Amino acid sequence: MRTSLLSLTSVLLIAGAPSVLAAGSEADFKAAYAAAEAANKEAGTLRNQWTVTAAALAAAKKAADKGDFDQAIASSKEAEALAKTSIFQATSEKEAWKALEIR
Amino acid sequence: MRSAIHLASAALALAALSFSAVPTAVAADTPDPVADAKAFQKFFTEKFPKLKLEDFVNGPYSMNEDLHRQWEEKEQFPPYEFSVDMGKEMFSKPFKNGKSYADCFPNQGIGIRQNYPYFDNKEGKVITLELALNRCREANGEPAFSYVKDEMAALTAYMAFTSRGKPFDIKIPDDPRALEAYQNGKRYFYTRRGQLNFSCATCHVQSPGERIRAEVLAPALGILNAMPIYRSEWSGMGTISRRFTTCNSQIRGVPLNPQDDEYRDLEYYLSYVSNGLPISGPGARP
Repeated sequence: MRTSLLSLTSVLLIAGAPSVLAAGSEADFKAAYAAAEAANKEAGTLRNQWTVTAAALAAAKKAADKGDFDQAIASSKEAEALAKTSIFQATSEKEAWKALEIR
Repeated sequence: MRSAIHLASAALALAALSFSAVPTAVAADTPDPVADAKAFQKFFTEKFPKLKLEDFVNGPYSMNEDLHRQWEEKEQFPPYEFSVDMGKEMFSKPFKNGKSYADCFPNQGIGIRQNYPYFDNKEGKVITLELALNRCREANGEPAFSYVKDEMAALTAYMAFTSRGKPFDIKIPDDPRALEAYQNGKRYFYTRRGQLNFSCATCHVQSPGERIRAEVLAPALGILNAMPIYRSEWSGMGTISRRFTTCNSQIRGVPLNPQDDEYRDLEYYLSYVSNGLPISGPGARP
């Protein structure tokens, strides 16, 4: 019983491995980078870009130039997440700033 | 992992919104600059009851006894002195067309710092001293200076020096655009930005006198009266533009361009709420 469960697990792990371990492609990077850039552009229209977003975008580009697309995709996704948080911040602050005002 | 940390820190910072220490009720939407300035000055004088109103222009030196002693010693040979001398020389030297800065300003530019920024009804915008200086240069066929240091700091240092002791006298004319500019400046001051989720008020309203790393934070009241400043951290002089842009970078926000509308409006608001406090610039800061 134990042996067959182990075998099944091994088979499933091996079967699943390609999708987990697949190297990111240049096309994946380009898509991830474009999404990050678009989010950062939107933050720019809200006058609220973050320096760390720019740094993550630069890191993504640097990794892609070296052919390390896994890292390039990871950095692009990080940049997108940061940009989206800056958009959330700018949007929520449209009203939230009033709570800090000295009156 | 790194992105997870970034996201977590951003989320944590944004969550801190709910725990903001200063006023709890939401302000009315109609701007009332006179009431604002009164409340602003009351807030700081109540927070620091031992300080006289005019002491607030000395920034961190008014908050900490040790720093105050250091400052008194520093004032024996002030580090901004060279900048004032350079500004004076530049101010008196004619442009290539024979005109000079004196031709661009009321009272030939002497003793007028306390009236800047002002709202220009024709343009419908705030005009800062730095902007007026560069416009003066361009109108006389000279290239504009960088807004952040060196020549611009020297010129504004000299103009502030000739205005020392004169109380800030910022006017908001009866023009809805002026009120809007004032309100935009106020909004910018209180709006949290950057990955650290700080507003100007986070440091300069909630925490003056407290340390942020090695620095003692200055109160927002009177903070522009001492500009431009020599900062040891910068190893040189810096203008109001430099102060605003570096504040933004320090909280991990991408700074706007010097003299963008937001910064001009911010300067308008911050100067207005310090009306009545004397010009003390140029200053020196750690």
